[in-house]
Amino acid sequence: MKNLNLASIAGLMVLVLAPVFMSFNANSADKSEINTVATLRDHTEIDVQKEPNRIPKVINKDIKQTRNYPMQPPIIPHTTRSYEVNKNNNKCMSCHSRQRTEESQAPMVSVTHYMNRDGNFLAEISPRRYFCNQCHVTQLDAKPLVENTFIDMHSLMKQKTTSAKEH
Amino acid sequence: MKNLLMIGWRTLTKPSGYYSLGALVIGGFIAGIIFWGGFNTALEVTNTEEFCISCHEMENNVYEEMKTTIHFSNRSGVRATCPDCHVPHKWTDKIARKMQASKEVWGMLFGTINTREKFLVHRKRLAQNEWERLKANDSLECRNCHNFDYMDFTEQSERAAYQHSTALAAGEKTCIDCHKGIAHQLPDMKGVEGW
Repeated sequence: MKNLNLASIAGLMVLVLAPVFMSFNANSADKSEINTVATLRDHTEIDVQKEPNRIPKVINKDIKQTRNYPMQPPIIPHTTRSYEVNKNNNKCMSCHSRQRTEESQAPMVSVTHYMNRDGNFLAEISPRRYFCNQCHVTQLDAKPLVENTFIDMHSLMKQKTTSAKEH
Repeated sequence: MKNLLMIGWRTLTKPSGYYSLGALVIGGFIAGIIFWGGFNTALEVTNTEEFCISCHEMENNVYEEMKTTIHFSNRSGVRATCPDCHVPHKWTDKIARKMQASKEVWGMLFGTINTREKFLVHRKRLAQNEWERLKANDSLECRNCHNFDYMDFTEQSERAAYQHSTALAAGEKTCIDCHKGIAHQLPDMKGVEGW
């Protein structure tokens, strides 16, 4: 009986302590793992305050960039510092609205922006498309934190046809 | 009362019986310096940002809004204060503007814009006053710092260089035509040209 008790106690000990030891191991593994994932902290130890990175500049070249997929909202190729988009005004639309594009030579916002949710066309930009920055953003001249492995449909199909030819 | 006034008038019109001409001339000269200097000093005091934002109407609305703009904080540390843009620098124009500003004192006394809500109601009218003034003087206050002759178009973005080298160079447009709301928030721009 006594032996059984000891055995059960030992068993319990193992059950209780095993996860603790394992978590010690896991912790040390996690630590090295954590330090390899790219973050704004740049592998800085957790107890050290990192010197902040330089704030990157907004790309202001006015050159259209390729869209990664057809439905992607085009990005803004110029700075938009202090552009007011509020109840009173929409600074973006002072160049990109239908009636302003001749003077500004800016691309007109797509016609879907004039549609309400029932598909009717309005004279002015639809309220549900009013806040440009919800979809369209400026780009920063910054190094990406993680590599982007996205491949668009076009190059994917190209790859497929070339590999099919090889076989 | 009438007698008293008459005595005063006679004293002013009579030639001086007691003081030498030299004392009067020198005395008048010194008094002139004091009065003129005092006047100009007082005028210059009203031409400082501290004076402008001593009223809460200016401090809580336009000054607060300006703090986020490039005319307040920027890479080179050169900043514009209220009078740099809102008061002409030339003396005669300045006096004319200061006389107009008596209307603003009236507004302050009667609390025309003493709350944010009242200010927003009047904002369009107030902004239009400034736009018209700058349009009429060919954006003189902008040009006190931003001199067209020394603009380097190659340093500007492509769009800016194009507009500046065509419309601005030809004199078709002046600064304020495009650069509205650069130092303060905009009113409702419905009906304003270019919006």
